[in-house]
Amino acid sequence: MTGDTTTDGPILEAHDVTKQFGGLTAVNDVSFVIPRRAIVSLIGPNGAGKTTFFNILTGLYKPTLGQVRFDGRDITGGRPDKIMALGMARTFQNIRLFGTMSALENVMVGQHARMKAGLFGSILRPPRVRREERHVREKAGEMLEYVGLRPALHEQLATNLSYGDQRRVEIARALASDPKLLLLDEPTAGMNPQESENLTRFMERLRDERALSILLIEHDMKVVMGVSEHVTVLDHGEKISDGDAATVRSDPRVVEAYLGKQEGERQHEGGEAG
Amino acid sequence: MSSARSSVARLRAPTLPRQAHVGLAVAGIVAGAVLPFFFASGGGFLDDATIALAYVVMALGLNIIVGFAGLLDLGYVAFFAIGAYTMGYFGSLFHIEANGGEGIHILVTGAAAELPGIHVNFLIVVVLAIIATTIAGILIGLPTLRLRGDYIAIVTLAFGEIVHRFAINGDEVTAFGTKLTNGRQGITPVDKIDLPFVDPFSSLNLRPWYWVAFAMVLIALFANFRLRDSRLGRAWIALREDEVAAASMGVPLVKTKLLAYGTGAAFGGLSGAFLGSFLNTVNADQFQFSFSIFVLAMVILGGLGSIWGVVIGAIVLSFIINRLIPDILNEVPSKIGLDFDLTELSFGIFGFLLVIMMVLRPEGIIPERRRQMELSEGLEDLGVGDDGVVHTRVP
Repeated sequence: MTGDTTTDGPILEAHDVTKQFGGLTAVNDVSFVIPRRAIVSLIGPNGAGKTTFFNILTGLYKPTLGQVRFDGRDITGGRPDKIMALGMARTFQNIRLFGTMSALENVMVGQHARMKAGLFGSILRPPRVRREERHVREKAGEMLEYVGLRPALHEQLATNLSYGDQRRVEIARALASDPKLLLLDEPTAGMNPQESENLTRFMERLRDERALSILLIEHDMKVVMGVSEHVTVLDHGEKISDGDAATVRSDPRVVEAYLGKQEGERQHEGGEAG
Repeated sequence: MSSARSSVARLRAPTLPRQAHVGLAVAGIVAGAVLPFFFASGGGFLDDATIALAYVVMALGLNIIVGFAGLLDLGYVAFFAIGAYTMGYFGSLFHIEANGGEGIHILVTGAAAELPGIHVNFLIVVVLAIIATTIAGILIGLPTLRLRGDYIAIVTLAFGEIVHRFAINGDEVTAFGTKLTNGRQGITPVDKIDLPFVDPFSSLNLRPWYWVAFAMVLIALFANFRLRDSRLGRAWIALREDEVAAASMGVPLVKTKLLAYGTGAAFGGLSGAFLGSFLNTVNADQFQFSFSIFVLAMVILGGLGSIWGVVIGAIVLSFIINRLIPDILNEVPSKIGLDFDLTELSFGIFGFLLVIMMVLRPEGIIPERRRQMELSEGLEDLGVGDDGVVHTRVP
């Protein structure tokens, strides 16, 4: 399913993507490239359209205009489960685990697209299905260990886990499908500096050990500047700056977007959905 | 640290070891199978018990739709109706003109083989009923795909009512030379179950009926248990918890929901075909909206999503409605000088029971582990223990 020949060229390309909600343009004509095995960041003030852009890439929203190519295929407006099956996995800004399932079961759901058992297979459970089930369970355990969840907590219901552990499980759930591109939506929200630092190291490990590309939405500039090879800045749905961390940091438009202009401050339009 | 460990222990404590589960299951099956020998073969108890088992099958089917996948279906009676009409169409005098009055007979023996009309072996009818209800389940599923929660309930309610209206007025609709239904008069008599290698069933000996119903319950139980711990079961629960997250994790929403509707409906059809034959009539008045609520109440009373809970809920409610109220307590009001029968109050009593239950034990008789956590979450978050002492939890 994923074994194709397009191993060169960027993992993801977005061309002139626009998303309008009624009269509001949440994302306006944004083009964007993620190279393979790279960590790139998307930053911008609240309401800049970052999460909307994420939702377009993962298929939750259809873009009004523009095209998204993933791994050489056009996925514009595709269904989220199909896009996930192609190898794009995500986490959510406000953690969205399946609360009444155990950590392990959550990660097993993450492998849904990689499994084959259907209705009759599930009921009759032939050896093929048993093997698959065992394999998926083992792999879920391995993923949870990989993200650092203590084995004692693997069977615990997700809703009972601490905030940090829930973040871990969410990343494990996304990783369990063996994605090529991982989208992290504000993964360090609510973390202390030490935890953020650990997560930064972890992202680098993912890129190096699992040959992953990572797209990161983040507010913590220390994390962004430390880990990203490329930073894109959105403001009011438009791309206002693009480049490596140092370039972006010194760009007057970025400073303006975050700190405001001297005279005649622009009004903030809310509207970051998702 | 220690509090996290203790909560893990608490979660695991009530689950019995695997051998105990198998032991209990075997004991339950044996007890259920020999039960008819302790009661008169033509008596009222076996009659009620057989109906109760048929209701268990329906409740287990609805449990897949509502309990597992979280799709509130208020039109389950439609599947009962479609299953029962399949039995009526293919096992009665209903199509009396079929084959020029000679009748069509497929693998039937005994009296049915001599009669006009279409007479097909019960096992084939069951397969047809399952196919018909699965298709109906998918059809009812389609318009609800974009809806959530209460809105699904409204659409399914309407579907149940449409099927009921068709059943009532079908005696005035003629297609291919026969009426659609027999309306309130009902299709009767209906062929008795006719299985290979055993004598045709009769209404005088209820034991074989009971065993067939019992076997259907075992099949429904098996499917419920296997589905719950499977790729599909996890996808259903994920869907119930958070549709957006489930889709983003690779769960195809449309297919997964339709599988829930189709599978749940199939058990309604199985049970419906059986009841059509057992009750010896397929009558429009059997398929009222209140029956959908009745089956849903079995699921909720027993414990939404909890397989054993649903079994108990179905048996308890069905005995209350079919035995306790009409046979045992019916005379009570007149004995104390009141001028009515208790059966007139059936649904009042039954609503009262539900209210009491929701106050005393909202999670059902045997709560599902997941639901229990959900419902007790509020208290736990406050950190108030059973001893009333506030414990602060350090994550």
